[in-house]
Parts: sequence; C-alpha cells; structure tokens
Amino acid sequence: MSYNAGDYDVAVIGAGHAGCEAGLACARMNMKTLVFSISLEAVANMPCNPHIGGSSKGHIVREIDCLGGEMGKNIDKTFTQLKMLNTSKGPAVYSLRAQADRKQYQAEMKHTLEKQENLFLKQAEIVNITVENNKVKSIETNIGAVYNVKAVILATGTYLGGMIHIGDVAYSSGPDGVSAANKLTEILKNLGIKVNRFKTGTPARVNKRSLDFDKMQIQNGDEEITPFSLENAFSKCEDQLPCYLTYTNEKTHQIIRDNLDKSPLYSGKIHGTGPRYCPSIEDKVVRFADKERHQLFIEPIGRNTDEMYVQGMSSSLPEEVQIAMYRTIPGMEHVEFTRPAYAIEYDCIDPQELKLSLEHKTIDGLFFAGQINGTSGYEEAASQGLMAGINASLKIKNKEPIILDRSQAYIGVLIDDIVTKGTNEPYRMMTSRAEYRLLLRQDNADLRLTDIGHEIGLISDERYEKFVEKRKNIFKEINRLKNKIVKPDEKINDFLEKNNSSTITTGVKMSDLLKRTELDYFKLAEIDEDRPKIEKDVAEEVNIEVKYEGYIKLEQEQVEKFKKLEDKKISDNINFDDIKGLRLEARQKLNKIKPLSIGQASRISGVSPADISVLLIYLETLKK
Amino acid sequence: MENTIVAISTAAGNGGIGIIRLSGNKSFEIINKIFIPKNKNNKIKGYSLKYGNIINPENNEIIDEVLVSYFVGPNSYTREDMCEINTHGGMIVERKILYLCLNNGAELAEPGEFTKRAFLNGRIDLAQAESIINLINSKSDKEAKESIKELEGDLSKKINEIEQKIIDVMVNIEVIVDYPEYDVEEITNKDALNKMNEVSKMLDNLEKSFDKGKLIRDGIKTVILGKPNAGKSSLLNAILNEDRAIVSDIKGTTRDSIEEFINIDGLSLKIIDTAGIRDTNNEIEKIGVEKSKKLANESDLIIAIFDLSRNFEDEDKEIMDIIKNKNAIIVLNKVDIKQNNKLLENELNKLCKPTIKISAMDKSGLDKLYDKIIEVFSLNELYNDNEILITNERHKNQIKKAKENINQAIISIKDNMPIDISSIHIKQALEDLGEITGKNVSEDIINEIFSKFCLGK
Repeated sequence: MSYNAGDYDVAVIGAGHAGCEAGLACARMNMKTLVFSISLEAVANMPCNPHIGGSSKGHIVREIDCLGGEMGKNIDKTFTQLKMLNTSKGPAVYSLRAQADRKQYQAEMKHTLEKQENLFLKQAEIVNITVENNKVKSIETNIGAVYNVKAVILATGTYLGGMIHIGDVAYSSGPDGVSAANKLTEILKNLGIKVNRFKTGTPARVNKRSLDFDKMQIQNGDEEITPFSLENAFSKCEDQLPCYLTYTNEKTHQIIRDNLDKSPLYSGKIHGTGPRYCPSIEDKVVRFADKERHQLFIEPIGRNTDEMYVQGMSSSLPEEVQIAMYRTIPGMEHVEFTRPAYAIEYDCIDPQELKLSLEHKTIDGLFFAGQINGTSGYEEAASQGLMAGINASLKIKNKEPIILDRSQAYIGVLIDDIVTKGTNEPYRMMTSRAEYRLLLRQDNADLRLTDIGHEIGLISDERYEKFVEKRKNIFKEINRLKNKIVKPDEKINDFLEKNNSSTITTGVKMSDLLKRTELDYFKLAEIDEDRPKIEKDVAEEVNIEVKYEGYIKLEQEQVEKFKKLEDKKISDNINFDDIKGLRLEARQKLNKIKPLSIGQASRISGVSPADISVLLIYLETLKK
Repeated sequence: MENTIVAISTAAGNGGIGIIRLSGNKSFEIINKIFIPKNKNNKIKGYSLKYGNIINPENNEIIDEVLVSYFVGPNSYTREDMCEINTHGGMIVERKILYLCLNNGAELAEPGEFTKRAFLNGRIDLAQAESIINLINSKSDKEAKESIKELEGDLSKKINEIEQKIIDVMVNIEVIVDYPEYDVEEITNKDALNKMNEVSKMLDNLEKSFDKGKLIRDGIKTVILGKPNAGKSSLLNAILNEDRAIVSDIKGTTRDSIEEFINIDGLSLKIIDTAGIRDTNNEIEKIGVEKSKKLANESDLIIAIFDLSRNFEDEDKEIMDIIKNKNAIIVLNKVDIKQNNKLLENELNKLCKPTIKISAMDKSGLDKLYDKIIEVFSLNELYNDNEILITNERHKNQIKKAKENINQAIISIKDNMPIDISSIHIKQALEDLGEITGKNVSEDIINEIFSKFCLGK
C-alpha cells in the first residue's frame, strides 16, 4: 500500500558523490530536497580507490569548490596524504591529489547532509518515477511512500542493475555489500530511455598486517601542502600516511595467463563495456604482453583501519587465483585478503539523450548525474551532481540553466563531451580532453568560476569579497611588474649572473625578467625592492600569469575563435527535418542531440562541414 | 569587424592579365599604401578606374603598372569596400602584389570567401540561398568523392605521415601529464626536439613543393637574353618547332616582346623573347633594351645565349651582370660553326652557371637545355621522388602555419619551457594540418565548404 508522503521540490536518487553534491546544491539554493540512498551507510562511499584528485580530476575538485560544492571541503577535512603532482611539467597540469580516510570522508559528508537545512536524507530504494505529460510528477519508495516532486535527479552509480562478478560467481549487488537497485531500469525503459550496460572493476583490499613494506618503496605526501578548497588555509600536516609502490612480475603474469579461461571477461559472461584506461590486471597482461612488470600502489584506506587498497590489481578472476597471483608480488608473499577484487556491471543511459543542463531532452524535470551518464570517477560524478542540482533548482525558479563551456571549466568539457559525442565506455576526464588547458588551471579555478558560484547563491558573500580582493591584488601586482623598469646596475647583474641569466645593459621591465625560464617571481624578490606584501596564492597566480603570458594569449585567441561558433545559437524548436540539403545522417544526429549552437553541432560526429554550412545558411535565412 | 581579405582572382598561369582583389573596410587604406596613381587626385569614387604604379612602400620599387578599380560598399560584390588591381599578369608580379597587400594589413582570403561575404552581407537573396544550398550539396558530394580520392592520394598520405609524427610526440606528452604516477618513459626534451626538427623539415619540403608545383603548372617565366644575332630567335624557333612542343598562343601581352607558352614533356615554359641587349643611341631601341632588362629581372629563368663564333664583347659583359644573381642557364650557340672559344668560356665560367653548347640552327643540343632547366629548378625531385605537389594556396598556407607553430614549439623546447607549454604549439600545428585533412572542425573548415563554389566573377 502506498501513501502520500508530501510535496517536495527535488528528489535526488542516490547519495554517492553525485547525489551528495546534487542534494546540497538544491537545498542551498532553497529547494526542499530529498536525498535517498538504499543504505545510509553507503553515503559518499568510495567503493574503489581511496583517493580524490589527480591529473585533471584535481582540477574538477577545485572547480566544484569554486562553484560552491562540497567535495573539496570534505576531502580537506579527511585526507590522510596530500600531493601536488606534475610540478615539473608546467602550470596547466599541476594536479592536487589526496588519499582519503574513507570512513571519515563518508561520515563527514553524511553529517554535512544531515545538518543542511532544506535537505532530507532518507534510506529507501526508489522503485517508481511517475511522469505525466512528459513532466516528472512523483517518485515512490520500495515501502510505498509517494513523494510529489518538481524534479528528480538520478544518481544511481553502479547500483542500478548492479551485478558483481568474481570468477564464475555472479550475483546481484551494489558495491560493499549494499544491495543493487533493480526496479528503476524497467521504469526508465518504459519512459523510452535507452539503457546501456557498462562494467568496471576494483582490486582486492588486503590486511596491512600481512604485508612486508620493506620490500616496497615508500611514497610520502608533500611537506608543504595545499588544500583543495580555497576556503581553507593550511600548509602543514604532521601525520600523513604513506603509500607504497611495488610491482608485478613474470610469476604473476604466468598465473594470470594460466587462468584466463576462468575470467568472466574472457569467457564472455560479462557483456558490459569496460574502460580502456583502467583495465583489469588480466587485460594489462593480455594487451601488453611484452611488458615485464606493472606498477602497483598500496594505499591506506583510513586511519582507523588496517585495510589497504592495491591499485593496479583489479580483477574478476576467481578468489583462489587472485590470492595466488597477489602472493607472487614482493612484499605480499603472505597477503591476507579482506575483500576480493571484483568486476561490476551496471546500467547507465546514453548521455546524448540529455541537454547540456543534464536534464532529459524530452522528460521535463528528469535530471541525470554521475555514473548513470556513462562516466567514471568520483570527481566526474560530483561535478555532474553539482551541475544537475544547480540546474534543477534554476529550472524550478524559472531561470536559465548554467552551462559551462569548454573554455570555462573541465566540467564544461566533460558535459559537452558526453552530451554531444556520447560515450561507449566509462568516460574519464583527462587534461588532454581540454583544448584550452593552460586557461583551465587548478590555480585559477576561482578566477574562472567564483562569480558564477556567487551569483547562484552557493558562494557566500564573505568568501566572494575575499575573492574579489584577491583578484584585485593579482591584477594590481601584474600591472606593477609590467610598469617597473629594472635599470642595469651591478647588483642587478650580479643577481642575474648568479641565476645563470644573461646580464642587462639597458632598462628592462620586471615582467620581462620574470618571463625568463631561469627566473620566477619568487627569485626576483631579491631585486624587487618596492614589492608589496602579498599572499602566497596571489604571488603564485601573478607568477604564472606573467610567466606564461604569451602562451595564455595564444589560447585566448583560440577561445575567441571557438566562441564565435558557440555564439551562433540554434533555437531549440528547429526541426532539422525541415532543412533541405542536410544529409540524412546529419538530420538524425542533429534531431537527436539538438545542439544549442553551431559550435556544438560541429562537434557531433556524423555532421560534416557541408552540413554545418547548410545550417549556417538556413539560420541566416531565418534572420531575414 | 570583419578583416580585409585579398586574393589573386584570376586563374593561375593562363592569363595575359591578372586581377588581385581586396575586400573589407581596410581595402582603400591598403591600396593607398601600395598604389601611386598617375593622376594625383586622391578622391575615391565608386565604379571608377585609376591608372598608376604598384610600389613597394618600403623601398619605393615599382612592381608593375596597373589599373585599379574602386567599389565603394555597399555597391560592390561583397557589399564591402573593394578594389581590383589589374596587373600585367605573370606569377611573380601577381604574387608580389598579393604579398604587398598581406604585408600591409590584408589577410589571405579563403577560397570562395568573397562569395560567402556577398551572401552573408545580403547580396544574395533568399531564393538564391536555396540554390546555394543545392550547390553546396552537389559540390560537397563531388567534394566528398574528391576528398576520398585525395585521402588516398599522396598529399594526404604525406600529411598523415607528418600528423602521425606529431601525434606520437603529443601522445607521449599527454600520457606523462595524465598519468604522472606511472613509470612511463618520459619524453625528453631532446627526443621532442629531434622529432620536431624532423617534422619542421618535412613541412618545409611540402611547402616548397608548392612553389615548384606552381612553376610546373603555371609555366616557368623564361627570358632569352643575348646580344643581337647571338641566336635568340633561332633558339626560340627551334624550341617552338619541336615536334614535342605544344605551343599555345597567348594574347593580351602589351609588351614589345614575343611571349609564347609551350609545354614540353610536362615542362611548361612561358618564353619571352626580348630585344637584343646592345648599347645604343637609338632612342626607340633604348626603350626596348631597358624593357629587356626589366623583364629579365622579373623572370623565373634566364636563358643567356652567347655566340661561340664571336669575340667576348662589352654586351656579353652586360648580360653577365644581369644574370649574375638570377636563375640562369648559359647557352653557347653556333657550335656548328666554332666548337670552342677559350676567352669567352673562361669569362663565363666565373659565373658558375650551368652551361651547355648547342646549335640553334641544327636544333642540336635542345635536350641538354631541357635537362638543365629541370636541374635548375630541382624539378627532378618532383618527378622522380613522386614528391607531393600542393596545388591549393590554402593548403600551402595551413602547412606554413603548421610549420611556424612547430618552429615555435622548437624554440620553447630549447628554452626549457615545461613540456606541456611547448605542447600548445605542437597541438596547434596539428589543428593547422587537421584543417587540410578535415579531421577537426573549426570555423575555418566550415568556411572551406563555402569556398568550394567559385560562383560568378
């Protein structure tokens, strides 16, 4: 028997990284918001790797933070190790990465949700979504509670139709013993939504007590650390936990080869599409047969547990084989499993059915975020959750959605990619997906996004004022450097010589000295007498902006070109079938994706340049 | 504001006159910098014509005497301010004027861009738009077929090869950036530098092949120089009368010289026979001689003919001066009368130019002449190595841009910039090439389709 459980604005289905951000964004934008999870013990769970950030993903966390999301703040509260990666490679790709205390991360996030005004966290499985006149009306839980809602955000992760594979053992389940959501897939299909099946996997968790770290290389965090959230300021952490590095070897590979027939991946039992970029160890051994060893990282799962995560050893082989192969690894000869590696299949949708706002193209008020959209990764999920939450709220407020473009944020790249091009494997963000990555740095996320975060009400006035001050100081200091002429004298030239930099004979702008490869803002302090006292983050920003000015300008020019096409809007009531001269394939694709601009249309595969000019001409004739 | 564009509007090679067309709000500003009208009245009127000289404003060198027509927007084809420079034609003059325009603020027009502007500025009405769409479609079908052919063709093979080399480097950079914790072998600056140098060289060769290709298609503008009675006309006649020569008759020359366009075994020569170089007091002849010198200066190749049977004279010396810094072949004529002429040959050897002996009378030794021409222009490489000919100015421009970006990348690698900073230029070079192969879509590529219909004018 069902009952009417009341009226709400938004229901978020799933409380993983996408669901938490979605729920918090909605509630903070004054929406009366429900957040459901099959088990409240699984809120913000990290069922795979216990870390957040890394190349491009660290950028996303910063972006989430500058738009007023929670992930950065939560990991700052609960990290066990912090590291800035890629520092030798150039400012565009500096990436922050943190090991998380998984349980603490969950507890903090859950508590944040619980404390949030307007947010109602509930344990239940959603078994029905009612849509009337192509508009979301209500949802129903497995125990009959019917909530009337204006919008639903689906963030089901790997729980939707979840099926775990370990050797020839397969059973219906979500990660970590939480049951799968088995009813919603049918509901989606009945709504006319196409459902795909993807696969991912995770390695074993092992007991630290059974490992011999003397045979592995220790990997510590940075001494000077940078927080993810720009609201936080700390630079030291005494008790970071180390990770360890070890390798597979020929014996490991032999065991895998001998037992390949027992892998459900190779026996054909798994139908889902797995990601190329995080293959199981079986995959690695088969596909990179000539590689003698593969790296493994042993990562702590938390401070109050001895469970460790073995990155690089995900597998769906039978447990017995897994144990044998893990025990060939230096330092793991006596390893004890706490949880075996497994592969998991799950249901997801084709993100091409969505608008760039993450709302379904034909079902009003139905939003999707995270793995259900075919992506992978906590950060990717969280960013979509945030955007879906923002846009569901804006929709209810009758406002235009926030759509970040490819020159604004990695989040914009991600959503544009999946909506415009779709994905046939779990989609992971990479810096190489971004065309303008020198503009999309992790250090300038605030300059890119705080205005938006503040405008929608997710960034507090207090933080915004601080930001405006910072921005002002950056520009002021850059201007000072550009106007300051350094005159050639003994002191200056001594300094230059000392730094292996060519000496000067005429006056040179301080900013031009800064551009020299061997110098930077911090070194120049020695000869920059009237330098004002500025914050470290301002100094770093000034350093990058001046040092790479030429390259930044180059990318900005490219962005201008790109924007020209993005600014040629296509109204959403165009029926592409009406346009004579479009090829059939282009017509079908355009009708399916319904691009918002010529730029977006040009990125759809199957739409040729000829189709684009036909479109341009058609738009031109509409104007006349 | 749209930029001002310029292009050579007449088909390459086969016209007695050439037209260079400018469109955009800076058209008149640019023309004022490079054109000195004979009538100093500077007022610009629409639908008017002025006579004068195109000059290089940097050194006041006169490039050609021309007619310039003025169109004041919106009363023009594109509805923008436009100028058309009518030149005497010839690849070198047309190019020189084109580059003058480029150097003075114009940008190279995409093919068809004039027509596109005409459309976007409302020059073409709605009904015409429909027909343009049809045209694009028929064109793009054809284009598709052509591009399939081209895709299998040498050009795209070559470009793919270059792209692949660049991608190899990019992939190496991307992987260390995206997977910093993994022990993939890092691409060193040295590796990247070597590969980029290689790519730069390949692009450079490709770019050069364009100019060579153009020479082959448009003809090598060849001037025959020699003192009177050295055998200029005999040589010309010998060449023209060859069975293999296809002689076309080109009208429209306004000069006192005979201009013939011939094609021998795929080698095109646009031959200009000149008045003999001779010190003269005769005023009329003086003009002819001056013209000869000027023509020689503008030519791609000079065939300098000397008379073995006569002594070394001042006129020979004068010819030597003219050809000193030019592409030239020395032809020693009248070998039927006298085999050797030590004094003359010794003098000519100082020039270090390819030298052959012929008898224009007997038509002997012509083969040697053709061989030398092929040699001088390194056309052998083109024929033998099956080297790619880029035929399209836009392709050439893209290749040039790509080369410049690769060279920029080389500079920043040498400067020890972080590798992903250097990669910005590398990636840009890829995009430049992608606009030839159509692998990515940007506005420029979109414009390309517009470009395919060379409608009207």
